[in-house]
Amino acid sequence: MRYLYTMFALVDCNNFYASCERVFNPALRQKPIAILSNNDGCVIARSDEAKALGLPMGAPAFKYKAFFKANNIQLFSSNYALYGDMSSRVMRILEQFSPDVEVYSIDEAFLQLNGFDSYDLHEYGIEMRQRILKWTGIPTCVGVAPTKALTKVANKIARKFPKETGGVYVIDSEEKRIKALKWTQLKDVWGIGPALHKRLSAKQCKTAYDFVQLPDMWVRKTFSITEWKLKKDLEGISKIGPETIKNKRAIATTRSFESAISDVEDIKERISTFACSGAEKLRKQGSSCHMMLIFLRSDYHKKNTEQHRASVVVNIPFPTNSSLTLSANAVKAVASIYKKGIQYKKAGIILTGIVPTDNHQLQLFNHEHPKHLPLMRTIDFINKKYHAPKLKLGNQDLTRTWKMRQEHLSPHYTTNLKDIITVQCP
Amino acid sequence: MSIKTTTPLTFFTPENLNTLGAVYFDTGISAGFPSPAEDFKQERLSLDSELIKNKEATFFARVSGQSMIDAGLNDNDLLVIDRSLSPAHNKIAVCFLDGEFTVKRLKVEKNEVWLQPENKNYQAIQITEENDFVIWGIVTNVIKKV
Repeated sequence: MRYLYTMFALVDCNNFYASCERVFNPALRQKPIAILSNNDGCVIARSDEAKALGLPMGAPAFKYKAFFKANNIQLFSSNYALYGDMSSRVMRILEQFSPDVEVYSIDEAFLQLNGFDSYDLHEYGIEMRQRILKWTGIPTCVGVAPTKALTKVANKIARKFPKETGGVYVIDSEEKRIKALKWTQLKDVWGIGPALHKRLSAKQCKTAYDFVQLPDMWVRKTFSITEWKLKKDLEGISKIGPETIKNKRAIATTRSFESAISDVEDIKERISTFACSGAEKLRKQGSSCHMMLIFLRSDYHKKNTEQHRASVVVNIPFPTNSSLTLSANAVKAVASIYKKGIQYKKAGIILTGIVPTDNHQLQLFNHEHPKHLPLMRTIDFINKKYHAPKLKLGNQDLTRTWKMRQEHLSPHYTTNLKDIITVQCP
Repeated sequence: MSIKTTTPLTFFTPENLNTLGAVYFDTGISAGFPSPAEDFKQERLSLDSELIKNKEATFFARVSGQSMIDAGLNDNDLLVIDRSLSPAHNKIAVCFLDGEFTVKRLKVEKNEVWLQPENKNYQAIQITEENDFVIWGIVTNVIKKV
């Protein structure tokens, strides 16, 4: 029997950074590619071919020099101007398929599919990926299911079996759901981290199916509401809203405003608050980020008012979790996409390019202001003590400029006229 | 001094606006005289909206070489490319051919695909299975410096 309620789709770009490089350098199709972190420190993205060669994620570039050479792996410095632009193209195309697109990270988004009962959702998913591929050159996979956690499972199946699924898998019946859960290894389940995995393994849980067999009460008592929500989601009962599951690769803070905002100062204040909240989440989990995506959008339900959606990607040359740095960059960025006279209804920040704080390389010139660390600790301490964000930032200017090491940087094909591709007429 | 009366360019001046009479301008200005042009305010001409029909699928490229000069594509011209358009016979396309981007007119005959240059000193290229060939996008506009 087919499910008859709201469905979700998860659209995930395949090896996104490597795919972006290939669009403008098609000779690299089927060749191994690795993308290096800021300052060319370590491997942060790999093509399927590089994965197959055994190149691990996070491999330090200097240690793998010989390996890169021996295997003819093409290296790229992170070109966030390019990735950011290609990402916003993909997201805007997705908005043609659903009015409700939740950007989850630079390369993945959830679409809410309300009232699509009469649609063939597999066909619809195929249409999404074909349009994205044709228009932007980026390959994607689509997972469709009645809950977000299940779309993740469906997406994995689509990615694993491209020939059988055509890159789209729809979980739309109990048989398919149970089959998919039995196939999914516990460690691959969205939101199940190493600690949780270890505890569940002790309970003889091997697959997602084993996990949903556990009693509700036990899960709720032993773990927390989040794990219980995850279990319900995997059972096909939608409980996971935006931001329920911590994304290892991105931290999103997005809100719909109670009433529309059109004043730029009000928007800046909101964005600054989101940035601080994101920075706090980073500090709580002991990580830093070097990239953020900021977006603004008007109320698409109000058809008679002027509509505007915009997003921008900010690249920070060093990993940071300082509220000061993130807020200053975010405010500056949001001002650049803001359009006067628009009634904005929703805004958000997605922090991505996340690395553990104590793990990033020491740098001679590019690093966070040393005074920020103790300052942030104090702010966190005080805010925790009062159970409320008592200490906030006044807005500040960003006057510092940075330069970083990018020896393998590809051109900014889509964002700088000097960098566009050249076509030969020999 | 006499002014030359025949000129190839025609100049337009705005029409006289004095005949408007009393009009209420709701421009939020509390004092002073409102601009009579407010009522006629329009968006400025945008080359973006003229040249870019599908923003998400549009990319730019620079021409290098002479093989397309008879189609008006000169060395160093800027091409506007729309990837969402479908390739068809006689369209000018940016293609990726054996390791290089190139721009040519597409000729599709029966089961054969040819890349036709627009310069009599150049020869058409037939695409075979041996070629590494991708049609990357369709050229919609050429922008040139004068």
